[in-house]
Amino acid sequence: MEIFTYPFMQRALLAALFTGLAAPVVGTYLVQRRLALMGDGIGHVAVTGVALGLLTGASPIWTAVVVAILGAVLIEIIRERGHTNGDVALALLFYGGLAGGVLITGLADESASRLQEYLFGAITTISVTDVLITMALAALVIAVGVGLSPQLFAVAQDQEFARVAGLNVRVYNVLVAVLAAVSVTVAMRTVGLLLVSALMVVPVATSQQLSRSFRGTLGAAMVLGMVASVGGLALSALAPAGTPIAPGPTIVLLSLAGFVLTWPVGAWLRQRQRLREPFPAGRPERHETTTDEHAHEHGPDCGHVAVPHEDHVDYVHDGHRHAPHGKHYDEH
Amino acid sequence: MRVKPVQLSKGSVAIGGRPVLRGIDLEVGTGDFIALMGANGSGKTTLVRALTGLRPLTSGSLTLFGAPSAQFAEWHRIGFVPQRTSATSGVPTSVWEVVASGRLTRRRLLRPLSRADRAAIKDALAVVGLTEMARDGVSQLSGGQQQRALIARALAGEPELFFLDEPTAGVDLPNQHALADALRQLKDRGATIVLVAHELGPLAALVDRAVVMRDGRVAYDGAPLADHDVHHPDFGEVHTHHHGDPAPARHDHTPHVASPLEPR
Repeated sequence: MEIFTYPFMQRALLAALFTGLAAPVVGTYLVQRRLALMGDGIGHVAVTGVALGLLTGASPIWTAVVVAILGAVLIEIIRERGHTNGDVALALLFYGGLAGGVLITGLADESASRLQEYLFGAITTISVTDVLITMALAALVIAVGVGLSPQLFAVAQDQEFARVAGLNVRVYNVLVAVLAAVSVTVAMRTVGLLLVSALMVVPVATSQQLSRSFRGTLGAAMVLGMVASVGGLALSALAPAGTPIAPGPTIVLLSLAGFVLTWPVGAWLRQRQRLREPFPAGRPERHETTTDEHAHEHGPDCGHVAVPHEDHVDYVHDGHRHAPHGKHYDEH
Repeated sequence: MRVKPVQLSKGSVAIGGRPVLRGIDLEVGTGDFIALMGANGSGKTTLVRALTGLRPLTSGSLTLFGAPSAQFAEWHRIGFVPQRTSATSGVPTSVWEVVASGRLTRRRLLRPLSRADRAAIKDALAVVGLTEMARDGVSQLSGGQQQRALIARALAGEPELFFLDEPTAGVDLPNQHALADALRQLKDRGATIVLVAHELGPLAALVDRAVVMRDGRVAYDGAPLADHDVHHPDFGEVHTHHHGDPAPARHDHTPHVASPLEPR
């Protein structure tokens, strides 16, 4: 436990806490728009930003923020303009970003390990300034993403309705793109640009297994993201000396483990929900009556699936729909 | 006299340079219940999109509640129910949340829901009969119930003028009746309703006026028509007979592709 008293570890924990809270906020809106991979795209573009920082000697965080925002806005424009070839255009941008980044890093004469820090994260080497920038940007993302949630929700849910409701849809779309770009750069030091999207999307995928509401999904995703990033960092720090465990991948794998654990529960709940969905109104054209003896009387506690059907309840078992009728059961 | 909610004169719309709507004159008076009918591709959805500002007019003028559409800012007076097969998105959403998003037209930035907001949302849910399901996820609702949730969403902003685009498409009969009940309540409250419909079904009793679109123009504007009369060349007038008219060729807005060897 001694390791948590070191200042570098405390900085890393702070960065992980804020990153874990902020990344799923934007991730929720991206998943809602079915753009789960947009974070990956921005992450690739941000590689060029980092490389430009390395080349010019400027802070890679700021150059990454600028390039990522430009990339995100460009992606948003392509998405808005081109209806058919949008995904191909996005793919082109992704590859351009990654290739440009690697090329420029070479030009800057930086070793590959310097870029590696940004590609896969190096949270334990984070400086005090970087922690402060990370915290400020993460707080900004959370404030905007949660504060404007009614508007952002409406725009992501139904653009046409939002426009007729008088919202400036384009402004909100660009805002989400900018928030995504900022989140990417915030999470860059924690899990790295290539794994950024995992921290944005996996907690959302996990929380939506159990949630039925948007707000519930958003809140749970934030908590899950925070638990995964702080927990992953702690796990990697507590690993026995001599086994080098990188925090970035640990965080992502822990987050995925959460999904793997929750998914069966979600699948079971959905299955149960489907079974209990009320049958459509209207009596069947004809029905048989049961003749075979029932070992028990169907009722609320009999354990069989009870499905509402008009004014009564059908009990479902072994492929039958039994509705109580006097002393026998009608087969509905 | 009060200003008419919608006044469109000589309205034309082109999509991608292709004229779709031409020379449309349409007035909607306060309290009217108008059914916008016509075959697929006749331009009825485009007309509603033009009236709601989603499609710019290429020529002509549109005023909404007396204001030229470019300057119109009172969006809370308009409720829009877009053509949708589902109200779901990539993230689970409760029925209440979908309906609450309709209240945005009257909410200011960064303010929590007021008591009036909550009351309006509750009332909207009650009108469409989804109060019991408010906390359920929209994805658990049937298609017809989702359509009712979308109507409640438009209703939550307490608008005076409703545009509904094909609310009955793909909705089973019991849900169409539930929908008709909801619209009747709106009508009784004095709302103005413009409804796009391919077939009216149980809504027919509510309609005051039918506007039939054909090939991007208004072909009929007058008393309500029965569903089967809409596609009749003379709108159900039995006394005029046309003999020897060639069968109308199929006609829509996309160019027909014919190969040089294809027989005409």
